Amino acid sequence: MKKTRREFIKLAALGGAGIAAAPLAAEASAPIAAHEDAVGMLYDATLCVGCKACVASCKNVNDMDAAPAPNDADRLWDAPEDLDYRTRNIIKLYKDGEGDFSYVKYQCMHCIKPSCVSACPVAAMQQEPGRGIVFYDKDICIGCRYCQVACPFNIPKFEWPKAFPKIVKCDLCKFTNLKEKGIPACCEVCPTKAVIYGKREFLLAEAKKRLAEHPEKYQKEIYGEFEVGGTNVIYIAGESFDNLGFRELEFDSNAAFSENIQHTIYKGFVAPVALYGFLAFVALKNRKNHGHGHGHDAKHEGKDGSEK
Amino acid sequence: MVPKSNEYMALHREKILTPSFWVLLTFTVIGFYCIGLRYVMGIGAVSNLSDGFPWGIWIAYDVATGTALACGGYALAIVIYIMNGWKYHPLIRSAIVTSLFGYALAGFSVMVDLGRYWNAYSFFIPSRWQVNSVMFEVAVCVMAYNVVLAIELLPAILERFVHSTNPRFPKLKEFARKIYPKLDKVLIFFIILGITLPTMHQSSLGSMMIIAGSKLNPIWQTGFLPILFLINAMYIGYSVIIFESTLSSVAFGRPFEKEVRIIAKVIPYLTAAWLIIRFADLYYRGHLSTAFSGDYYSKMFLAETLLIAGGAYMLTWKHFRMSPRWVFVSAVMLCVGGSWYRFSVYIIGFNPDKGWAYFPSLPEFFITLGLVAFEILGYMVLVKMFPIMPNLEGHKKSA
Amino acid sequence: MSRNSLFGANVSRRDVLKFSVGVTALMGLPYSMHTAIADAATSDNRPPVIWLHFQECTGCSESLLRSDHPTPAALILDMISLDYHETLMVGSGHQAEKSLHDSMEANKGKYILIVEGAVPLAENGIYCKVGGKTAKDSLLEAAAGAAAVINIGTCSSFGGVQAAAPNPTQAVSAASLVKDKPVINVPGCPPSPYNLLATVLYILTLGKLPELDDKQRPVFAYGRKIHEHCERRPHFDAGRFAENFDDEGHRNGYCLYKLGCKGPATFANCSVQRFNDMGVWPVSMGHPCIGCTEPDVMFHLSIFDKVQVHNPTPPDFYPNANPETRGKGADPLTTGIVGLIGGAAIGASAMVAANLPKEENDEEDEA
Repeated sequence: MKKTRREFIKLAALGGAGIAAAPLAAEASAPIAAHEDAVGMLYDATLCVGCKACVASCKNVNDMDAAPAPNDADRLWDAPEDLDYRTRNIIKLYKDGEGDFSYVKYQCMHCIKPSCVSACPVAAMQQEPGRGIVFYDKDICIGCRYCQVACPFNIPKFEWPKAFPKIVKCDLCKFTNLKEKGIPACCEVCPTKAVIYGKREFLLAEAKKRLAEHPEKYQKEIYGEFEVGGTNVIYIAGESFDNLGFRELEFDSNAAFSENIQHTIYKGFVAPVALYGFLAFVALKNRKNHGHGHGHDAKHEGKDGSEK
Repeated sequence: MVPKSNEYMALHREKILTPSFWVLLTFTVIGFYCIGLRYVMGIGAVSNLSDGFPWGIWIAYDVATGTALACGGYALAIVIYIMNGWKYHPLIRSAIVTSLFGYALAGFSVMVDLGRYWNAYSFFIPSRWQVNSVMFEVAVCVMAYNVVLAIELLPAILERFVHSTNPRFPKLKEFARKIYPKLDKVLIFFIILGITLPTMHQSSLGSMMIIAGSKLNPIWQTGFLPILFLINAMYIGYSVIIFESTLSSVAFGRPFEKEVRIIAKVIPYLTAAWLIIRFADLYYRGHLSTAFSGDYYSKMFLAETLLIAGGAYMLTWKHFRMSPRWVFVSAVMLCVGGSWYRFSVYIIGFNPDKGWAYFPSLPEFFITLGLVAFEILGYMVLVKMFPIMPNLEGHKKSA
Repeated sequence: MSRNSLFGANVSRRDVLKFSVGVTALMGLPYSMHTAIADAATSDNRPPVIWLHFQECTGCSESLLRSDHPTPAALILDMISLDYHETLMVGSGHQAEKSLHDSMEANKGKYILIVEGAVPLAENGIYCKVGGKTAKDSLLEAAAGAAAVINIGTCSSFGGVQAAAPNPTQAVSAASLVKDKPVINVPGCPPSPYNLLATVLYILTLGKLPELDDKQRPVFAYGRKIHEHCERRPHFDAGRFAENFDDEGHRNGYCLYKLGCKGPATFANCSVQRFNDMGVWPVSMGHPCIGCTEPDVMFHLSIFDKVQVHNPTPPDFYPNANPETRGKGADPLTTGIVGLIGGAAIGASAMVAANLPKEENDEEDEA
């Protein structure tokens, strides 16, 4: 019996150590870097005039339904309150009492290391190699909504009212405007070039240039440069990003952290197989010692229990 | 080793249509009506799920918590086969039945929760596997475990036919006679698989929320979620065995199973380990002060921690362990506290962004309630039809 | 400049070009086309036109006659060879019928047939007869020799007022009876005269029919909704509406949607081309659009019915960047029931616990 207890401790060490050590091992992950061909958008909130041409053209190009406001019984306007299953792109307004205001555009940030892609169990959420566009394939999707849980920006949206729903998110017009005209619809129609399309490298340099030229106009931060390992869509603005409704995010990628833990535990499936082998060894030995009979010596067994 | 006859597993011979049967049936019918609504009108029509809270009680309770409450079979198998506690063997079948029902409930809930359930076959197409996904691991593992549990239960079903005196199914009886010894020989390998698989997916249920990053409150968000969930599943599993054993003693008028007392002894060790990791991790990440700040999240943390620690502390005293009442009370505390912890990780501590709120809607709640009622209903019917419960004669002999 | 031109003799080339530029733009043709249009408008090659009236009010003719560019005289004498028009003809009776017959014979296959008014079919069409012939017979006879048929006004295009329920004369549109000729509808009640002129000039200039929509209307004039170019649109986008005639909003020139304006469902260029060469149109004067160019709107919806806005666009207001509440929280009923069932579960557990023996005096099985 003593032997068994020792074995149990060994087992606990084996099984537990792998799982317990994972987060520590995962700390030392390689830094995430954007591909040189990665494309994205730069949104400059100081240039945006709130005309919503991007919202309208996004809907047209991607064939999305209007989203009337709840109190709009006549369905007069396409007035989504937030990104939703009919809205991949939205302009919101930040306004404080003293007349300070700024528009802000939301759409998928196209993370360099996207959590949604990492989370999706069936590869319905994918990232294009090279350009890094994060897109969705409804024919594979099982509708588990793990991508929604995983996304640090709460971008993927689900068709809640539908019996046969799908996930909806910005794919940089990968299958529509970008394919046909080489530019996402929102960037094409923007009258003030508040949102521009290009390679991430170029956009980042442009953002830094604008910040350097007009430090008085801008917040010092480029949102998306480092957040969750960096995003291909980046923002500069005159108001603080907290005011514009952006969460303050860690610079490490949750996806990379999660994957590292998972890989540490399941690398090559060695640990589970080893666990099985060890358990089989112990169990078979125990069974042999125990014999095939079922006569129980209650007192003896009780001792074993108490020893544990 | 599984017995070759009804030596110490017995059919609980009682009538099936009791008043509690009808109560449970009512909840089941309401639940399945709501499930029907969900398939016709969409998830949004019956639930309060939203883009901020895409997972509600169907995942947090039915899957994340329900499988932990169904870990009795797992926890008991460890005791019996790994820790050499053969005297607990009489409990194993009822534990496996509850495990099977709990896991089947999880599987069923997932099919209710999946938006595009008709694509679920993707899990069986290797080209669609996304092995980085924690959910992929959980899904495959849980499916495999359901199969393993069914195989583990098979002897009970076969015994029924082997010893059947009903001449209506002679072929079935013959088949059962033939297959039973073969199954008996390989069963141990499935049992070991039945220990390996929950170790994997119960830890992964914790890993699942790591990717949510700061959307999960730092009190709960940690890289140690997998080990915390694993240990949590174990002590919930043992508590559930105590809970069920006590309840069936009361419900079926059987003597209390003494084995639970010794099982009760294991729990404090596990909870102690769990609490040490929990607090060390909070300290290491510098969030101990967050946990005790007294705000909403902190209160939730304190509630779950006190329930777990309190329940476990009681069990360290022999005086309490000897009392069926107090063992039951601490088992309930541990079940509630342990489940609360899982709820915290999946819902309570989850805050996707400013302003988001979630509380289940009535139909959503009734779907979960209906499935749980269905599960208990199934258990009650099954123990009356197949030799699941420990044989009283054998039990007395061993006592 | 030819005397036989669209314009009076005292009209300068400069004015002709000005008109032509306007009509060219209206038709959506390239700017460089305007000289070709001017040439067509001033040529001697006047197309013979036969204009038939059936069940109608002559409002369409009146509308045409009220336009300044060209003047009615220039139009009927110079621009086209108007061989038959019951309102404008000098002749009458058998003389008039003869002129119709002669023209149809002489210009067989070349003339443009313009139809104004709907055609009644009830009781063999006895409800509208000219010269002893039913409207249907006249129409089919005239259409047989025509190069193209232009239906002016909503009656000949879609049936109009006499085809509205209960339609005692079983009036139908002329468009529905002419099967084997090119048909162009220029609906409106009345239509803008320039839409007719532009259509005729288009055919003259380019020798082909203009592009038509699914209701046989020229796309250049009926390609967009009133709503899309309405001068009150900013009020719509901002949610500022007149709720009653002569209320504060109405006097402030707010959007007329809530008074039943059919602009969002009506394809026409009224908000751009306007009427009477004065830059006015119903909406500019405070009356909601009644949707007269649409077969399913005027005479089918009440004037005060609101229409569905298709393809709605974003309004002039903004969602908050920091919304206060999102998602669906607890409601009292659900909370109550969940609490009740949770309480029942705890209560049941407590009952079980209370009924359990505090001590078990069985044999101690721990060493």
